[in-house]
Amino acid sequence: MFNRDQWSEILEALTANWFRTLLTAFGVFWGIFILVILLAAGKGLENGVKQGFGDIATNTMFMWTQTASKPYKGLPKGRRFDFKIGDVASIRDQVPGLEYISPRNRLGGFRGTNNVTRGLNTGAFNVFGDYPEIIRQDPISITSGRFINYGDIGNRRKVAVIGEGVKKELFPDGEEPIGDYIKIQGVSFMVIGTYTKRNNNGDAEEGQKEIYVPFTSFSQAFNFGDRVGWMAITAKDNESISELKDDIIEVVKTNHKIHPEDNRAVGNFDLYEEFNKVNGLFIALNGVAYFVGVLILLSGIIGISNIMLIVVKERTKEIGIRRALGASPWAVRGQILLESIFLTIISGMTGIAASTGIIYLINKMLEGNPDSKDTMFANPSVDLVVIFVALVILITSGLLAGLIPAQVAIKTKPIDALRTE
Amino acid sequence: MIEIKDLHKSYQMGSNSLHVLKGINFSVKEGELVSIMGSSGSGKSTLLNILGMLDEADTGSYFLDGMPIKNLNEKIAAKYRNQFLGFIFQSFNLITYKNAIDNVALPLYYQGIKRKERIEKGMHYLSKVGLADWATHLPNELSGGQKQRVAIARALASEPKVLLADEPTGALDTKTSYEVMELIQGINDEGKTILIVTHEPDIADMTKRIVNLKDGVIIDDTIVKQVKAAAYV
Repeated sequence: MFNRDQWSEILEALTANWFRTLLTAFGVFWGIFILVILLAAGKGLENGVKQGFGDIATNTMFMWTQTASKPYKGLPKGRRFDFKIGDVASIRDQVPGLEYISPRNRLGGFRGTNNVTRGLNTGAFNVFGDYPEIIRQDPISITSGRFINYGDIGNRRKVAVIGEGVKKELFPDGEEPIGDYIKIQGVSFMVIGTYTKRNNNGDAEEGQKEIYVPFTSFSQAFNFGDRVGWMAITAKDNESISELKDDIIEVVKTNHKIHPEDNRAVGNFDLYEEFNKVNGLFIALNGVAYFVGVLILLSGIIGISNIMLIVVKERTKEIGIRRALGASPWAVRGQILLESIFLTIISGMTGIAASTGIIYLINKMLEGNPDSKDTMFANPSVDLVVIFVALVILITSGLLAGLIPAQVAIKTKPIDALRTE
Repeated sequence: MIEIKDLHKSYQMGSNSLHVLKGINFSVKEGELVSIMGSSGSGKSTLLNILGMLDEADTGSYFLDGMPIKNLNEKIAAKYRNQFLGFIFQSFNLITYKNAIDNVALPLYYQGIKRKERIEKGMHYLSKVGLADWATHLPNELSGGQKQRVAIARALASEPKVLLADEPTGALDTKTSYEVMELIQGINDEGKTILIVTHEPDIADMTKRIVNLKDGVIIDDTIVKQVKAAAYV
């Protein structure tokens, strides 16, 4: 089947009418081109948006207190309450399947007043009281020194890990901050490390201007007692935080005498759910890309089928001669099928090559542009699997496109085929 | 070589049925050179198509070299055509984009013979018809007589048992016709069985036996004294 004569005949048949072959091939080329570009664009958008999540562990929820909206056990509605440090232990006891439970407190905030000073330099920074695990939930890269550890927590050491942004403002002359002291609301903390943080929701600048101190020293220094501002809770890898969320909230409601049906008392943000929504969006987007791409491809394939029909009609007499000389129906059929598969694959491969070329160029442009880090588009790409799927689609469709013309070619009796002029 | 008994064939023309062959009995021995004559519509081409397994009879039996030819599917018919029969057509029916040698070698291609051997054999038959020098020429670079000779070489290439020629000289002038007939006679002299359909009496006279067909029946079947085409060339 795969001999030189057959291929030379395929080439002869396809080159007999260059323009027609080219137009036909363009249909398939365009279809596969659009399919790959669409899929890559979807992937790029997905990468961009997911990059927006930063390095945060996505199986995570955040939980904070609001006001009780229902009276319960003699307590009025509208009551304010706070999480206590004891809640962490009771959640750990009563809800299995959680990896990290980090209670957190915070000073300052966006556009807060200047609260941190060092010598003559002051600045307004977010100051967090944290446990060491937080670095696994909202990862930062330590650029020098170290992060908070359990020794700091146990001994209530007044130490601080500062962002590169903080360092820039408080140590403007490139001094070495580690071992030096900064004053947070009048309390001195020794700097033990510096960090940078990956882009998170577009506030990359803000992310570098944070200060982490041990939770226990934070509570003591700033008079928080056993209060907990909010918690970041991460489920184990094989659990879903969305499923555990209700149990967790149940525990703190019991602890704080909140009505079991009071849905407003405990605020929460489920990152996993958000992540899933985004994921779902991209699955849908991918579906649309496939749908549109395959439809365009289909019209290209119909074009090939159409052309092959014409080719068969034109070659009716030739096919008749060949059959009189002893070409079996399969030899004729195989010839037509091979022609159509060959045309589909060649044009499809060209389409794949062209589209990946375009993707390569876009990637080059994105890399060269520093602003591109903040756009919702990153690293558009297609899997090898997608290319493989496209190839399979191409071969089968080439076969389908050739099937009808091939059938037409052998349906005519050799005697009728010979009579046509 | 060929045994035909009570062959019937009719064509469906819309609602009418056209009875073309009305009981043909006919046999050809090995080495014969037979011409089938008749006016147009007499059924001679139909008969040749049935003999050539391009068409199938409605009823009747057909033996080729002792082998019954009936209920053939296309695959087997193609194989038999390739192995047992060589066709020569009025309009030559060469493949226009193949050169002479590739045209001649085409039946061998369908026998699955390797390219080198095909070309060798093809060249052998091409020189037999005197066109070895024209091997790489395309059909449209050849004259009518040359084309027909390429077609004859092609028919011979698969070494068939029988050659079937449908008006082989119909598209040629008299002189070229005689040249082609001379070639055919030469091939017959070497022992090949040949059937020629023609309506030209002078061509028929160059065969050894004339079968006359009229309205689907054989009205006359006589052995004649062969006129050698070489006498005219």
